[in-house]
Amino acid sequence: MTQVTLPHFLVLSAVLFALGLLCVLSRRQAVAILIGIELMLNAAGINFVAFSRYGTARVDGVVFVLFMIALAAAEAVVALALIFALQRRWKTVDVTRVNSLKG
Amino acid sequence: MNLSEYSVADWAFVAVALFTVLTAAYAVFAQNIVRAVFSLLGTFLGVALIYGFLSADFLAAIQLLVYVGGILVLILFAVMLTSNISEPSASNRSGGLVTSLLFSAALLFILVTIALGVPWQNNGPTEFVSSTERIGEFLLREGLLAFEVLSVVLVGIVIGAVVIARWQDPAGKETGS
Repeated sequence: MTQVTLPHFLVLSAVLFALGLLCVLSRRQAVAILIGIELMLNAAGINFVAFSRYGTARVDGVVFVLFMIALAAAEAVVALALIFALQRRWKTVDVTRVNSLKG
Repeated sequence: MNLSEYSVADWAFVAVALFTVLTAAYAVFAQNIVRAVFSLLGTFLGVALIYGFLSADFLAAIQLLVYVGGILVLILFAVMLTSNISEPSASNRSGGLVTSLLFSAALLFILVTIALGVPWQNNGPTEFVSSTERIGEFLLREGLLAFEVLSVVLVGIVIGAVVIARWQDPAGKETGS
């Protein structure tokens, strides 16, 4: 009988999510912030599948994560386009220096 | 807690979880952004294996295809097409590292407390059940509307991304609008 159950997966995803949040909050590079966002999305996906596996035993959570992966890919594409636009307009991808909306 | 109660599958889970967390930590803390992206490859592979442990075989394959084959390559493109990003000095921390650590640690504490404190029910199947067939049925019955809406969203995203990426300096020859 296996001893690994729901709390193990929840703790793993909590650690991944905290790491992603740390990356988003502390980095200045737009690409590094994108990496943090991907980490947080993966952590949320693990949670969805774990609850689906140990809770209802239906496929709702898995389908939810499928949609999430599709939207994550779309989000990565838009982020890439934004990063290119930043690079052309400001010649930098440091998000602290992109502040022309600042009053 | 007796260590001999743990089976081979448990130790495999621990190894995969440690691998995932360590590569993620390197991706977060690495000064060189190219190394961070390649470390993220390990994280995505680890998460795919975790999906395998949760008997979501189809999702593990999709994770490999989309994340490792698609998103990671996109991020690498973003890294390599932007200038002087791979220099360590360009990806230095901002001043708020202490605050960020504080927020992340607080969130981690709350989440772990909840995960270990709540008496979760455990009524899932104990053996491996393939989920691909049921996912297909779900997508074409209950999830059909969401499935179709998602395709519209993807079209919108592609057009929007092209419009944003075509932006050029107004002094240049093309405005991109």
